[in-house]
Amino acid sequence: MGNEESVFFSRVLTELTLSFHIIYATIGVGIPLMIMIAQWVGIKKQDEHYILLARRWTRGFVITVAVGVVTGTAIGLQLSLLWPNFMELAGNVIALPLFMETFAFFFEAIFLGIYLYTWDRFENQKKHMLLLIPVAIGASFSAIFITIVNAFMNAPQGFDIVNGQLVNINPILAMFTPAMPTKVAHVLSTAYMTSAFVLASIGAFRLLKGSNHIYHKKALLLTMKIGLIFSIATAVIGDFSGKYLAEYQPEKLAAAEWHFETEEGAPLVLYGVLEDGEVKYAIKIPYALSILAHSNPNAEVIGLDQFPEDEIPPLYIHYLFDLMVTIGMWMTALSLIYVLGTWFKMRFVKSKWFRWLIVLGGPLSIIAIEAGWWFAEVGRQPWILRGIMRTEDAATSSGQVDLMLLLFAGLYLVLAIGSIIVLTRMFRKNPVEQELADRELEKEGELR
Amino acid sequence: MTLEIIGISVLWLFLFGYVIVASIDFGAGFFNAYSLFRGKQHILTRIIQRYLSPVWEVTNVFLVFFFVGIVGFFPKTAYYYGTILLVPASIAVVLLAIRGSYYAFTTYGGLRQKRWTYLYGLSGLFIPASLSIVLTISEGGFVSEGSAGLELDYWALFTSPLTWSIVVLSLAAVLYISAVFLTWYANKANDEPATELLRKYALIWAVPAIVTATGIIVELRDHNPEHFSRLMDLWWLFGISFILFAGTVYLIWKREMYGLAFGLLAGQFLVAFFAYGISHYPYLLYPYLTIYDGFTNEAMAIALIIAFIAGLGLLLPSLYLLLRLFLFNKDYVQGKRDDHA
Repeated sequence: MGNEESVFFSRVLTELTLSFHIIYATIGVGIPLMIMIAQWVGIKKQDEHYILLARRWTRGFVITVAVGVVTGTAIGLQLSLLWPNFMELAGNVIALPLFMETFAFFFEAIFLGIYLYTWDRFENQKKHMLLLIPVAIGASFSAIFITIVNAFMNAPQGFDIVNGQLVNINPILAMFTPAMPTKVAHVLSTAYMTSAFVLASIGAFRLLKGSNHIYHKKALLLTMKIGLIFSIATAVIGDFSGKYLAEYQPEKLAAAEWHFETEEGAPLVLYGVLEDGEVKYAIKIPYALSILAHSNPNAEVIGLDQFPEDEIPPLYIHYLFDLMVTIGMWMTALSLIYVLGTWFKMRFVKSKWFRWLIVLGGPLSIIAIEAGWWFAEVGRQPWILRGIMRTEDAATSSGQVDLMLLLFAGLYLVLAIGSIIVLTRMFRKNPVEQELADRELEKEGELR
Repeated sequence: MTLEIIGISVLWLFLFGYVIVASIDFGAGFFNAYSLFRGKQHILTRIIQRYLSPVWEVTNVFLVFFFVGIVGFFPKTAYYYGTILLVPASIAVVLLAIRGSYYAFTTYGGLRQKRWTYLYGLSGLFIPASLSIVLTISEGGFVSEGSAGLELDYWALFTSPLTWSIVVLSLAAVLYISAVFLTWYANKANDEPATELLRKYALIWAVPAIVTATGIIVELRDHNPEHFSRLMDLWWLFGISFILFAGTVYLIWKREMYGLAFGLLAGQFLVAFFAYGISHYPYLLYPYLTIYDGFTNEAMAIALIIAFIAGLGLLLPSLYLLLRLFLFNKDYVQGKRDDHA
């Protein structure tokens, strides 16, 4: 196998691993916060239902954490196995946040174990809730540190290159790149948003499938509210991300928007298809790209004409960008309508078709996460370290990457099937009505 | 002490941590499967589950910590080991992944089937085998640096007696460490039959563990004479290690002070592990890479050490809390409490 094939298969394998990992990782970052909120509401309102909600989410969460941990271990090692030249270079500059990420992960792992196994140990539920804070903090900080590493790949800084040698390395400066604030904020808010919508979709599904319990209604309203807040946050941060791109990575923005010529008062291209260099069937919003990029309708936006041909990312990222933004907008609208509709007691929010839309929202949010990551990652091609190292120079020279791709593909298939079977069985076998009744009995037993 | 030495010592300590906790984990899986096979599962399963459930995730972190840390402190290892280890490390990762998720699926998801328990037990033995290959490779003689990059000679690797001795040692050590720990744990739980069974396993596995460990030292004489002579300079450390080993076996044999027995065992492995590590100095991969030419720049090294100290400040109290709530909590160990979500 030649080097070209090694590069190709390394890219496919990394993409496969990350695409699979982020489903579980996103949930892993967001759910602890949801559990914390549910438990806090339960304590505040003295409402058994919310506490039970927290408990049932926790049980499902363990399964997703397990898959997240093992696939995270896989990608952690694959970075060195598939991209040894990159890690050798990056290890000198960006090892600090990678190292700190393992601490955050460690911290989360310890307290998750404690949290899981002390459900009825403390008289005071508040004490138990305190254990959840380090879990949520650990989960979010893992995301922060690992996103810092990714931000560095997009906007490397904190070192000088003199005659091919890295000198004047500043690990702290390497962490706080221009890409870092928007990336970290966007990753966190979308993780919270996606987790909320995934949980909402479960609640809506139970309501559709016969159970009309007040528990599911409470769960649905709570998660839709949280989802609404974070989808608005996501949209605001997304706007900042656009401005960051215009300033620091104009080729990514230009490729995403099919913005070929540098011009003032640039229009925003929505949807459409690209055929032989011609944009067809697209909706053009005049001045919108200039507004998105610089908050000024007449500002100049750099186009693809400013870059050598071999430094332009693939143009299909436009579709990924559109998909991500469309789903984001759609979910914001859907959750807003649901929350308002519930406040004003409108009937349609309880109708079957509307609940089906909510059920659809969970998977859609995950698709948006995937699309967003593909856009962000493919959009910095051909670089692995923008402006410094090309992807093809970073890959391994090993000839067995194709076999490893098959091996890992098999693994992810097994993990996906396994986790789905286990999660559905877990909740089918023990519906909430059953668990509430059991808890009643337990309490009576204690009183007697 | 130079920054290089601090860096490698920290990593070596964490690798040691992984060896101990992972051995308990892998061995527990194997004993569980074996006892099912022999129809004695009712004796062991509860004890093993009770110990593993709150800590299974923590075990994994030790490994992640080691491989992230080594790339951080010694970025050149990413190039050397990354290129060579693609196949063995990938296999280990796949096994770890299946094992970790299977554990969660069965414990929390109620997915229980006999053949899976067997597979789980066996996979736990393949993982130390596939990971210990790294130790063999680090001795040199299996890697060549040509124009096309680094090349691992699989044929030489798999036909070398050194490889197989290290594999056997890792297996025996896993089962021995695990059995001693679980004997202590079962005894704390006042579980007489489990203690007796595990005590028997501990005594059985003590023999191959010490025999293979000695055998490897002898084999190194031919394979890497330079390393062998440095091992010989440290003979007194291996002597201490052996005395601690004898102490463990004596206490287990006499059915006395299992806690102390486990402490001696930890000491035995700690001393031997560090003696082996020190004798490996200064090579990370003989003869290509030493800890000096593989080391990161000074600014990063200092930042990593500060992060490490701060991290430990956070971790040690948390680990202590975890141990106090479960390992050292009488009610929990004896199964009087079952508070899981």
